[in-house]
Amino acid sequence: MNHKLKVAILGSGNIGADLLIKILRSPSLECTLFIGRNPASSGLARARALGVPVSADGIQAILRDPDCCEIVFDATSAAEHVKHWPLLRALGKRVIDMTPSRVGTMVVPAINSHEFHASDNINMVSCGGQASTPLAYAIAQTQPGIEYFEVVSSIASLSAGPATRANLDEYIETTETAIRHFTGCPESKVILILNPAQPPIHMQTTVSAKVATADLDRLRPVIDRMVASIQHYVPGYQMVVPPVFEHNRIVVMVRVTGLGDFLPAYAGNLDIINCAAIATAEQFARERRTVAA
Amino acid sequence: MKDILISDPTLRDGNHAVMHQLNPAQIAAYCTAADAAGIPIVEVGHGNGLAASSLQLGQSLVSDHDMLRIAREKLTRSQLGVFIIPGFGTIKRDLAPAIELGVDVVRVGSHCTEADTTARHLAYARERGKHAYGNLMMSHMASPATLLAECRKMQSYGAEGVVLMDSAGALLPGDVRERFEVLVGGLDIPVGFHAHNNLGLAIANSLVAVEAGARILDGTARGFGAGAGNAQLEVLVAVLQKLGYTTGIDLYKVLDLSDVAEKQVIKSIPIVRPTSVVSGMAGVVSTFAKHVDRISLQYGIDPRDLFFELGRRKVVAGQEDIIIAAAMDLAHERRPAA
Repeated sequence: MNHKLKVAILGSGNIGADLLIKILRSPSLECTLFIGRNPASSGLARARALGVPVSADGIQAILRDPDCCEIVFDATSAAEHVKHWPLLRALGKRVIDMTPSRVGTMVVPAINSHEFHASDNINMVSCGGQASTPLAYAIAQTQPGIEYFEVVSSIASLSAGPATRANLDEYIETTETAIRHFTGCPESKVILILNPAQPPIHMQTTVSAKVATADLDRLRPVIDRMVASIQHYVPGYQMVVPPVFEHNRIVVMVRVTGLGDFLPAYAGNLDIINCAAIATAEQFARERRTVAA
Repeated sequence: MKDILISDPTLRDGNHAVMHQLNPAQIAAYCTAADAAGIPIVEVGHGNGLAASSLQLGQSLVSDHDMLRIAREKLTRSQLGVFIIPGFGTIKRDLAPAIELGVDVVRVGSHCTEADTTARHLAYARERGKHAYGNLMMSHMASPATLLAECRKMQSYGAEGVVLMDSAGALLPGDVRERFEVLVGGLDIPVGFHAHNNLGLAIANSLVAVEAGARILDGTARGFGAGAGNAQLEVLVAVLQKLGYTTGIDLYKVLDLSDVAEKQVIKSIPIVRPTSVVSGMAGVVSTFAKHVDRISLQYGIDPRDLFFELGRRKVVAGQEDIIIAAAMDLAHERRPAA
């Protein structure tokens, strides 16, 4: 008997293609359907070649065969997810939303992995959100009364597909919301830069907190522990500038090197949100096994 | 006799030169004088446009909302312009309110190879009945053929003109000519140029662009802008007049405007300092200048080395956070072995 948790991937772009490779490697997840919308898409062809069942019928594929999976990864776009969610909820599906739609409960495993069953719709925030909120959370825990956080991420142009480019506004809104939500800080600003340099740059994220003074001695061990706990599920997450106090702000910078599954290692942005989603889905799989036993 | 559309970002690019500390009285005074001089478009805002007030780039003294409100009150003939870079400013939070406040002209910017990030913002400005232009920043970093492809995207999104920004002041006259010959021949919409003066070529390059068919030029009073500044507005108007182009701007009035700017707005008139030269040579965006000066002092390194290191890392506009990382690496390399 197969004990793996059955999952479907909705969306055959960069995110969906990378999730598939990670799921094929997972000891507890099985991709039972990989769904796109264009029968001729390279994403579907690749999945078929990997021996994964595919469909080009979009959300209809799940509506037609609701038993195909227990969990749906929605890797389409924010606007599409808003349409998909009521249909999937009616089928009793759990959804891991990879888009910046903000429909469900935001989960960043290093901060609130325990909340993974708080809702049937788990939102993975954004790539920059996964990279930055744990750092902001660590800063907020050790420096009282921070009123403003800022997050700047630079990603390689090649790692930003059409949906990412069309969703820059949603990315900003969602990531800003996540920073405020997880830190309790009243104000946040998020900036995203696409850089076309060759060879492509690895994803870099800088978190700044506006402060009058800084207690870096208190912050450093907390932030080191946070980085280590992220490295459990995102091996390429690395601090490149440890917390410094400069110009009335605390600045910390990380670089995310991807696992090189679908896109090469520079696409740490793709990797970090997908690694977070896989970690969350594997929690569901563990919980299900515990309940069954 | 050809008409050249002059757009004046003194109150936007100039904000870089004062770490975004232009105050309400300065904005009001300049707008009043620019309106009197008949400047067609007056661009106002944080140096990097809407929603760019940040720790990354410097926080504005005056909010986007207040800058636009003050300018709108003073501009009766001149059109009010804003700059917005997707990735910084969003439609809902920033562009929609700016249009509500009475903005006439929206410039939507992206790095020179990322035009598709401007599609939604350009379309929104057009839908709201505003003049919408696409700006390609750091245009020294892409070939003429790539720039043409990117400009065509902006044209397809509804841009009524495209403007190449020489953000690092890195282009030589031959580079400018080559780019504009390709763009003018390959587009159905007017093309413009936004110069920086890092290598002392802002006016010369603007003229080369015009001779190659550019019909929109950016100039700022006394050249007030990031780094070594921009093409000097009053000089630009004068030489265009001498060459037989019309701008609709009266020479004496624009000269008066530049005096107002010097007296009331400009803290120190931009000159080509050594770090500006290096920034132009390294192809690093002029807006980094103040941050490089500050951070190289803190880490005890030569700002010129830092600029060249940033050039090697191919940083683009908005990546000011990389300055600290590069400075730390340089400081580490220079430390004598224990």
